[in-house]
Amino acid sequence: MTDVGRHPRIKLLTMSEVVDIKGYVGNFDVKILKRARYVDEKECIACGECAKVCPVVRPDEFNMGLSSRRAIYSPFPQAVPSAYILNVQECLGHNPAVCARCIEACEKGCINFHMSDEEIVESIGTIVVATGLEPYDPTELDEYGYTRFENIVTSLEFERLVNAGGPAKGELVRLTDRKRPKSIGFIQCVGSRSSRKGHEYCSNICCMNTIKSTLVLKEQYPDIEIKVFYIDIRAFGKGFEDLYTRSRRMGVQYIRGLPGTVEESKDGSLRLAVENTASGKLEFHDLDMVVLALGVTPAKGTQKLQEKLGLQLTPDGFFLEAHPKLQPVDAATRGVFYAGCAEAPKDIKETVTQASAASARAIRLMHRGKIKTEPITSEVVEEQCKACGKCAEVCPYNAITVNVKKKTPAVVNSAACAGCGTCAAECAFGAIVMNHYTDEQISDQIETLLEERPDEKILTFACNWCSYAGADYAGVARLQYPPNSRIIRTMCSGRVDEKFIWDGFQKGAPVILVSGCHIGDCHYIDANHWTEKRVRKVHKKMEKLGIRPERLQLEWISAAEGIRFAEVMHKMEELRKRVSPEEIEETIDILKKQKKKTRT
Amino acid sequence: MEVNIANNVAVNGDRSVRVGVYVCHCGMNIAQTVDCRKVAETAADIDGVIVSKDIGYACSEPGQKEIKDDIIEHELDRIVLASCSPRLHEPTFRQLMQSAGLNPFLMEMANLREQCSWVHMKEPEAATQKAEDLVRMSVARVRQLYPLYAETLPLTKRALVIGGGVAGIQTSLDLADNGFDVVLVEKKPSIGGTMAQLDKTFPTMDCSI
Repeated sequence: MTDVGRHPRIKLLTMSEVVDIKGYVGNFDVKILKRARYVDEKECIACGECAKVCPVVRPDEFNMGLSSRRAIYSPFPQAVPSAYILNVQECLGHNPAVCARCIEACEKGCINFHMSDEEIVESIGTIVVATGLEPYDPTELDEYGYTRFENIVTSLEFERLVNAGGPAKGELVRLTDRKRPKSIGFIQCVGSRSSRKGHEYCSNICCMNTIKSTLVLKEQYPDIEIKVFYIDIRAFGKGFEDLYTRSRRMGVQYIRGLPGTVEESKDGSLRLAVENTASGKLEFHDLDMVVLALGVTPAKGTQKLQEKLGLQLTPDGFFLEAHPKLQPVDAATRGVFYAGCAEAPKDIKETVTQASAASARAIRLMHRGKIKTEPITSEVVEEQCKACGKCAEVCPYNAITVNVKKKTPAVVNSAACAGCGTCAAECAFGAIVMNHYTDEQISDQIETLLEERPDEKILTFACNWCSYAGADYAGVARLQYPPNSRIIRTMCSGRVDEKFIWDGFQKGAPVILVSGCHIGDCHYIDANHWTEKRVRKVHKKMEKLGIRPERLQLEWISAAEGIRFAEVMHKMEELRKRVSPEEIEETIDILKKQKKKTRT
Repeated sequence: MEVNIANNVAVNGDRSVRVGVYVCHCGMNIAQTVDCRKVAETAADIDGVIVSKDIGYACSEPGQKEIKDDIIEHELDRIVLASCSPRLHEPTFRQLMQSAGLNPFLMEMANLREQCSWVHMKEPEAATQKAEDLVRMSVARVRQLYPLYAETLPLTKRALVIGGGVAGIQTSLDLADNGFDVVLVEKKPSIGGTMAQLDKTFPTMDCSI
């Protein structure tokens, strides 16, 4: 930790949050909000004189509220930066007349009540997301009585209790009488592996954390009785089984079964009712103290960051990697990488491994000092451009400039263009060519697909990042669905031009599916808003023309929703079956007449 | 392996195209459901297809060599790979195109594995039919493709690390020790994250900080 503080190449911004990210791989502009610390970070020598005179006493967050701190405080002894911090909400007032004892106590004059939040903008090439975890909050698990009984603590509170730097100076005490417990129980899978409360996934670290705690306890207090209540012990890593065996050899009892209820007796000790699934019997265990082995949940703010960077999440709420096997630290957004529990719960060793991998991937991109862009960008055909300004309006990247007043043709900044193709889909004059996804390329795919027996086929448009990836996921999971669909891949659902849909119906498509990322998850910021608008418009026109609007479906399917993709395919097949050959013929006629009308 | 060499040169605008189609077995991943040979045979009749083959593993060294040799021998200028998801192997095959002297954007993939064999396991005939359609669509598309060229842009040699726990600390140090500037952003007043709160850590049983 201190290496980070000292490193000449690391600019450390604490009390800071990323508020906005603009740009693209190699050239991001990141806006960071640095909140005021009210203590000069460089000048403060952490002498602690200020805290000594501060009259405000508050629970200490670092010690999980098991000890107290002042309104001006050091987060913990080894903190980096070591400077103190003033919590201005707790402080008696900005007005020095009210208190201001700390200002008087600070000889170096580091404290400044008038410090304000700063907004910093940084130019950045690559981004590593290492937002970590949030321990599961066990208050909803009422059966364990965490909120009712004082001698039930969470694993994190336990860590602070037995820590030499903690509130009890490393002595294990229970909270009601400050006495050393003679017996202690650990309940595993708190918030993990449950479909009822908490989360269904395994949190990966809690088994080994508990085993470690039992070893620490047994070494310090050989006569302490320890019982661990578990579903399975997952000791799968290098050297883990060895620690587990050692723990059992030292006399720790492992009981297969989670408690159903916990009751408190008069002296504060606890009675656990457990169905031992190994023996099949209901057992009661009396323990002086109980520790809840908390599961891991995604960090708060994960979703906010996901939206800012256009990333994807798994159904569990952790960040989704570009490929589960081959690109485990890459995000689907180029130039963004994951490290640590942001991607999934993992232990320290795995986190360190992944962090090194992420930095290597970032270096691989940056070391040349230049970057090759994908040439999948849009281009304007100047002769056909009427300078109406629509393309500039819909571009999520402000990559198109057009002077509507002077009627000069639109210009695409190819460096800023990310290639969603929304401009090409919205241009009414065919004046924009979306390279690699041109009108001709897509139209020819549609035509070929509907050449033979069109009534049996489901024309499906899928965006590269979410719904096409969702289809891949369905494949990887071997989910079976009707074989009638034929997918046409576009980079974004925003590329799906209205005329592709009419084209499809005119060539005899019974049903058409347009699919993309969920609103808010679009890989191209908000391009799928235009997809939604467009489909709504087409639905209205269909109604007017006498074509059943339900034959055109719009579905949002994320990269992790393989199951949803398969379900949508089943639904589309049901819809398809309800479209008769006569109805298809009728639609073709209607559209032919309509075409004639617009021509004349 | 069946080799179909035809002489049906299609005309695309004023350009004639010479397409090679490769239907990959992916071991048994595709071949156990989709009749790869049949798909290759059907594709051989499509306008513009000069070579159409089924192939064991298109992505393997010998597989790639075979495609490359064909490109040179038959003067192919466009390739359709009927194999897995482009999200997996598009970069592989774009590199192959380049190494054979072709523009990497004159290649199209038909996704027979994720979209046919793995999801229609009990309907081999329908899966094969779908595979044929997907290949036909890919050939139609590849005929319309034109070369594209990547631009080179300047890049800022500077990384942003969001979060100062173990992961963020390790990443920042690795990047900085390699000579890259790092901006490390942490929400709390100190770095250290959850790790800093732990007493001892396994398997070494030493202090966490």
